[in-house]
Amino acid sequence: MSALRAILAIGRPVTPRLLVALAAGAGAAGASIGLAATSAWLISKAAEQPPILTLMVAVTAVRAFGIARGVLRYAERLAAHDAAFRVLGELRGTMYTRLARLAPAGLAELRSGDLLARLVGDVDGLADLWLRVLLPYGSLAVIGAATVALVGWLVPAAGIALAGGLLVAAVGAPLAAAAVARRAERTLAPARGALADAALDLLRGAPEILATGAGPRAIADVAAVDARLAAAERRSALGAGVGGLVAGLAAGASTWLALLLGIVAVREGSLGGVALAVVALTPIAIHEVMAPLVAAARQLPGLAASAARVVDVIRRPDPVAEPREPRAVPDGPLRLRARGLRLRYPGATVDAAGPLDLDVAAGARVLVTGPSGSGKSTIAAACLRFLEPAAGSLELVGERGAVDVREVAGDDVRRAVGLCEQDPHVFDATVADNLRLAHPGASDHELESALAAARLLDWVRSLPDGLATPVGEHGSRLSGGQRQRIALARALLADVRILVLDEPTEHLDEPTARAFMADLDAAAAGRTLLVLTHRPELFAGSAWTRGPGLVPPPARR
Amino acid sequence: MSASLRRLLASGRVASAALVAAVGLGLAGGLLAVVQALLLARAIAAAFLGREGVAELAVPLSLLAAVLVTRAGLAWAGEVVAQRLSGAVKADLRVRLLSRAVMLGPRWAADQSSSELVLLATRGLDALDAFYGRWLPQLALGAIVPVVVVACLLTADVVAALTVALTVPLIPVFMALIGRMSEAHRRRRWATLSRLAHRFADVVAGLPTLRAFGAAEAQVGVLRRITDAYRTTTLATLRVAFLSAFALELLATISVALVAVGVGLRLAGGDLSLETGLFVLVLAPEAYLPLRRLGAEFHASEEGLTAAREAFAVIDAPPAPAGAGLAPPEPIGGLSIEAVSVEQPGRDVLAPAGASLVVRPGEVVAVTGPSGAGKSTLLAVVLGLIAPTAGRVRVLGPDGGGAAASGARASVEGDSRIDVRDLDPDAWRSRVAWVPQAPWLFAGSVADNVRLGAPDASTAAVAEAMSAVGLADVAPSLVLGERGSGLSSGQRRRVGIARALVRRAPVLLLDEPTAGLDADAEAAVMRAVRAAADGGAAVLLVAHRPGAVAGADRTVEVGWALVEPPAGEAAG
Repeated sequence: MSALRAILAIGRPVTPRLLVALAAGAGAAGASIGLAATSAWLISKAAEQPPILTLMVAVTAVRAFGIARGVLRYAERLAAHDAAFRVLGELRGTMYTRLARLAPAGLAELRSGDLLARLVGDVDGLADLWLRVLLPYGSLAVIGAATVALVGWLVPAAGIALAGGLLVAAVGAPLAAAAVARRAERTLAPARGALADAALDLLRGAPEILATGAGPRAIADVAAVDARLAAAERRSALGAGVGGLVAGLAAGASTWLALLLGIVAVREGSLGGVALAVVALTPIAIHEVMAPLVAAARQLPGLAASAARVVDVIRRPDPVAEPREPRAVPDGPLRLRARGLRLRYPGATVDAAGPLDLDVAAGARVLVTGPSGSGKSTIAAACLRFLEPAAGSLELVGERGAVDVREVAGDDVRRAVGLCEQDPHVFDATVADNLRLAHPGASDHELESALAAARLLDWVRSLPDGLATPVGEHGSRLSGGQRQRIALARALLADVRILVLDEPTEHLDEPTARAFMADLDAAAAGRTLLVLTHRPELFAGSAWTRGPGLVPPPARR
Repeated sequence: MSASLRRLLASGRVASAALVAAVGLGLAGGLLAVVQALLLARAIAAAFLGREGVAELAVPLSLLAAVLVTRAGLAWAGEVVAQRLSGAVKADLRVRLLSRAVMLGPRWAADQSSSELVLLATRGLDALDAFYGRWLPQLALGAIVPVVVVACLLTADVVAALTVALTVPLIPVFMALIGRMSEAHRRRRWATLSRLAHRFADVVAGLPTLRAFGAAEAQVGVLRRITDAYRTTTLATLRVAFLSAFALELLATISVALVAVGVGLRLAGGDLSLETGLFVLVLAPEAYLPLRRLGAEFHASEEGLTAAREAFAVIDAPPAPAGAGLAPPEPIGGLSIEAVSVEQPGRDVLAPAGASLVVRPGEVVAVTGPSGAGKSTLLAVVLGLIAPTAGRVRVLGPDGGGAAASGARASVEGDSRIDVRDLDPDAWRSRVAWVPQAPWLFAGSVADNVRLGAPDASTAAVAEAMSAVGLADVAPSLVLGERGSGLSSGQRRRVGIARALVRRAPVLLLDEPTAGLDADAEAAVMRAVRAAADGGAAVLLVAHRPGAVAGADRTVEVGWALVEPPAGEAAG
């Protein structure tokens, strides 16, 4: 429930629009009750065969209610959906802003299919919190109270019976449904996530599955996950049925009691016979209007689970602590210095890298070498302030003093230190868009220089659309080497003083790799380069200095 | 009725018994509504005009109680049946959709977004719940119940019966008209939702990159614009879509109001009894109820119908043209790649351009060339995953491809060389082991991953293959997370190689098997590859590492070219 409250707080800016929707909804429900009550009165009164003129007010009212219901309902639906979608916009913005602080180290254990389910599915589903739960309950609370007042004014005991019936239908029935459904939902939400993960695994592995003939078996695995979801869904059906049953019985009871008490009141003379039909028929109308509430409340456990999954991301602790009073990165040439640096991922029990002593002089080209698994990417993450050092120091040293990265705002660290990742993400956009990420104002000429330095310009020029060529999802239209070199060009475009390159020669053929490394020295003139690699032999020439070698920490498996 | 709707109805036959039960329960409920109206009218009229008390009305009052309880029970049973309707159909569609997506191959998949497909297979198909569980039974009830109600009204008041009989048919007419209008809007909405999902997935996957460049905050505005576009498109759709609900509500409530006013005036004129008037008043709304519920459910199932159309589009996508379906020669005498060129989609280049080589059992042939030369594409052509634009790959027979037909396995030309496109794809792929550049590791144990292409491989065989590639110190029982998390990238690649080795296939294709490996691991992998060749496999490996090239018997360079280049010239 606290997760739902957090979600409601995010939607607060949209309150005025939600109130408009609430008013329209109350008006529509009121028109339904008005139609039932006035037509019951009209027919009863008419049975006394009074002069026609005495019926004219009721005739007009019946017609007016008949029209108003449809019009107000249309207005309510539009206003409610507009407001709900605005709330979703707020929610997505909040969630993304949070993710942007967490990635990559803070999201390490989340599977990407699951994260997608949270971002799109869960957030989308939360619209129903307003559309199907809050707004209907709000407008029906107003109209329910008014109806109880009307019936109670005619026959007090029938009013009390109706109030009891409505409470059971609007609160008791949903609670009963929720109690049964909650158990199912506990398996339902993870089962949905598991299905999304299984399907994503299957699709991404499709070429290999196809080539190994493992298709039927892989599909059977997904079908088994699907069957578990279907079984959970069948169990939740009983809950929905139970809620409707309780609400139906409550509606029957309050209608029957109202009729019974009304007949007694007419016999006693405390109620005019003309009003008996109003007392007996209005409860049917209000219960019918309230019927959707059971289905609405049935969604509450599901909504609470979605809210919890969304809030779990929003409330995750930062992987790095931002300093209270951040210091500035020193101006001018910058050195990188590590002393006894140990690194460990959040929640892990062993170090991923270190202890490391490292000195990278301003303008130097330093190689840190080590086999796979020795923590090269982890060191890159620490240099970019994505990961908190577990021990030791990592300092940016200027001519007039040094700061530890922990004393500087993360964004400031990344303005001074850039990264070309080992497995760079290429966005589903054009070549130019992917490059301008690093330098939004860059001219086409600057892009071409960076591409030339990455030895990619000839290829880009051979494309019919040149820089405007789309690269496909995850760069699927590029070869592995082309993807890597787009990332290198992008890193060269960024205006940073220290550039960290994590396995930059991965996916490059030997001559291209050597040539690229030779060019890199010139292309990155004036910048400090820290290259993490397991192939130091590629870096010939006097510019390159060998830094420390890394060894895999023991017992990582 | 649209084609997808018809196919959905056909798929629904899986659950037709449940559908009949759901309709039967709804119809019984409708009949009880008529009885309820009779009893209510009788009790109110007698108490009002006849001044009868509870004692005199004991029979109708107790009957009414029984009817009310029974109706609640029927509604409950209907709900349970409805929920059980859709499961079987959904599971069937989901499996058909996913297997098709896998079978369509990488060329098709490169143009699809896997996250959009997942969204379609999960949330998209979930929208069918409302379609089967509620809309379909309600459709039947919408046709039956109004007729029953009008028949009952006819016995009481002809004018009221005619009012209802004339307005009820207007409702489906209006709904159909407006429904057609909203169709185009609806399609656009689903497209926008898919785009949103894709954009979110792309941005989230790239968050580390965005953060490294300080560009993560800038995406907030982009995502906000996407969300706003989503809201405005959806609202535009809803404005039209809700019109049909509006027409329905308006017609239903206005005609009930007209019936009430008409009955009132005829009562005042003395043409009707109060009991009849009340019966008509209580019963008339029941004629519209199934249609109103149908309207409410129809909007809920619209998304399902759209998703079904997208699912059928995937299920119906044409597969690669089937070849002659021949069996590969036994034993396989090698591969002959003959002037193979592949045009890359969206780029006017051939990569590879005119690649030719022969590899025989016991040989290790390295394919080299610059990045983007189409080395990986060449392996996909050998596998039959991609059809070459020009040239062909032929499998050699046991005689090494001589012209003479040998025994019963003679091919169509009396030649034992068979184009891979003429082979039965499954039979061919069962003879080929392939290690892609980034082997896909599934969430599961390392041993399960190694067994992917050889489910029956013994524990000893798995351990042997793993130790051959230098993975002896990784426990086969180690359980991996998504994309093999828990292993380093070099270890992941070696699991992929062990997976290929354990199959002991006569043809072995390796795409950059030693990239990302240190010298020791590289040497181990090359020893294992050599051992496979010595065991009789024809090995083709894509490489640019000197270690890998040095371990090969021969090296063949491939290059790319612009489409329609001057003859014989290959850029590189």
